Amino acid sequence: MARAFLPKVATANDLFEGDVIYFTDEGTWTRQLAAAAVAMTPEAAEDLLAQAAKLQGEVVGAYLADVRVEDGVPVPDHFREAFRTRGPSNYFHGKQAEVA
Amino acid sequence: MYSYSNFDADFVRNRVAEFRGQVERRIDGSLTEDEFKPLRLMNGLYLQLHAYMLRVAVPYGTLNGRQMRQLAYIAETWDKGYGHFTTRQNIQFNWPKLQDVPDILDALADVGMHAIQTSGNCIRNVTADHFAGAAADEIEDPRPTAELIRQWSTDHPEFAYLPRKFKVAVTGSPNDRAVTKAHDIGLRMVRNDAGEPGYEVVIGGGLGRTPMIGKVVRDFLPKADLLAYLEAILQVYNLSGRRDNKYKARIKILVHETGLDELRARIEEVFSRQQRLLGEVDPGIVARIDAGFTPPVWDTRPAPEAPVLDAGLRSFIDTNVVAHKQPQYGIVSVSIKPIGGTPGDATSAQMRVLADLAERYSHDELRISHEQNVILPHVHRADIPAVYAELRMAGLATANIGLVSDIIACPGMDYCALATARSIPIAQQISESFADLDAQRDIGPLKIKISGCINACGHHHVGHIGILGLDRAGVENYQITLGGDGTETATIGSRTGPGFAYDEIVPAVERLIEAYLDLREGPEEAFLATYRRLGLEPFKAALYGVEERADAA
Repeated sequence: MARAFLPKVATANDLFEGDVIYFTDEGTWTRQLAAAAVAMTPEAAEDLLAQAAKLQGEVVGAYLADVRVEDGVPVPDHFREAFRTRGPSNYFHGKQAEVA
Repeated sequence: MYSYSNFDADFVRNRVAEFRGQVERRIDGSLTEDEFKPLRLMNGLYLQLHAYMLRVAVPYGTLNGRQMRQLAYIAETWDKGYGHFTTRQNIQFNWPKLQDVPDILDALADVGMHAIQTSGNCIRNVTADHFAGAAADEIEDPRPTAELIRQWSTDHPEFAYLPRKFKVAVTGSPNDRAVTKAHDIGLRMVRNDAGEPGYEVVIGGGLGRTPMIGKVVRDFLPKADLLAYLEAILQVYNLSGRRDNKYKARIKILVHETGLDELRARIEEVFSRQQRLLGEVDPGIVARIDAGFTPPVWDTRPAPEAPVLDAGLRSFIDTNVVAHKQPQYGIVSVSIKPIGGTPGDATSAQMRVLADLAERYSHDELRISHEQNVILPHVHRADIPAVYAELRMAGLATANIGLVSDIIACPGMDYCALATARSIPIAQQISESFADLDAQRDIGPLKIKISGCINACGHHHVGHIGILGLDRAGVENYQITLGGDGTETATIGSRTGPGFAYDEIVPAVERLIEAYLDLREGPEEAFLATYRRLGLEPFKAALYGVEERADAA
């Protein structure tokens, strides 16, 4: 049985730092998942990725990631995406350190 | 130590200049990512989960003090003040910025280092016994052979686009510390009946999704025929290796599908042609390489005879120091596995201490081991107390080599884009769980190896206890294998059964070790020996609690 559609965000890595970034409604990239544009249908997701892909010059490897929307904010569905919002677990490096 | 010629130095410098231009063109938009990616990978630059990662080659794991100090400088100037030593005897920097990488490569070139052929379907960095040139059991130093292969394979036009990556390991000792049977080609130095040195050639070993122990394709290959024979293997592989399926492209699959005898016949046929074409290895080149590995002028002071009174030092010597070919010397393994730490991570300050110690006490030599530790290969026994004291000050004196907390772990999903689960926190938790070093010594020799995906960078297949992290329906899950062995008696471990969740895997390992302590015939029977005597069943019972233990009576 096909899995029910999950909302999607477009994500990639920043060209210079490699940091995880998300595509926004304004057509820019943000470091914060909470600020990402969320596609609620397969068609919207396709469109989101197409828009994001136009900015390939600034980013690396854009793709769609599953999210759940909780209290109006996207949260990662898969643990890999959850790690991408934080950074490694052995040191306080990466996003978790920058946000703090 | 071998030093590169002007030709090598110019070559590396030109490659850096070329890459600098490529990075500029990527940044100004003249190169797309699709165009740039193969170029950055050829220079060891990967994109990982949270950042870029630069993999730097440490040829056959050998470094001098100046090089180690430069790695420390790179880590603190362009990274986060540490580096990660890998199971391929290399070092990886986890946080470089794209625009800084050409400067990093220039800094490496300043000390004769680079990141070429640390990625891609080419012949990768040749690895060797980390006790090379020092081991008491050695027939010959394997590093001149490794260096010869490095020179032959660097930018070899015919072998730049192989079906898949290709790894060669060399050992000069009968005790295999280089896991040669898990490489595409493993070379073991042997002597023939006439006493001449040569190689036993093993092909088709490998870990990853289809683990295989390599097979002996040639019992004895004269040293002078090495390159002609390697060319023959590589030519046969280049032509016949599968390119239709990435997962079946390694030479181990070709060996498996073709059969050893048929493949041997093809290799020998090409070899006889190559022998006529190439002839023997040029003795002038051999002599020049050999000169780079002349043993140091040994300090002939006798080893001290007074008993060691300091308990910490005594433990350190018992656990981390092994016999050297010069009886007054010892080989000191510096554990990069502090209790609760990340396996293989050293800070810039620690790298500088290692560089200083190498220069003052180890004839300016260091080795990186595939077990992610650092070796001071030539320490006079009279100097060991001083070395120990300085290591202790730097947090580098953990006396756990070969014990339960001396764990191999790949970067896993804390860094690696390919990983399916985390490895490092599992290693940290196991290490903390067995923090007491006396208890570790009581458990005895035990190799735990952890990989965060099926590609097996953490060598889990050859761990006495192997742990493989997988993604099972969106949850981290860890499979256990037992009885693996990476030495001359190489064996692939056997899977115990269903995997364990992230918070269940460490208690599962604890149960295995408790079971072993109950089951062993005495402290002299190591974990692997007990496993070989009893097999999987009693350990499965300890893991899953389904059967009575074999020794319940």
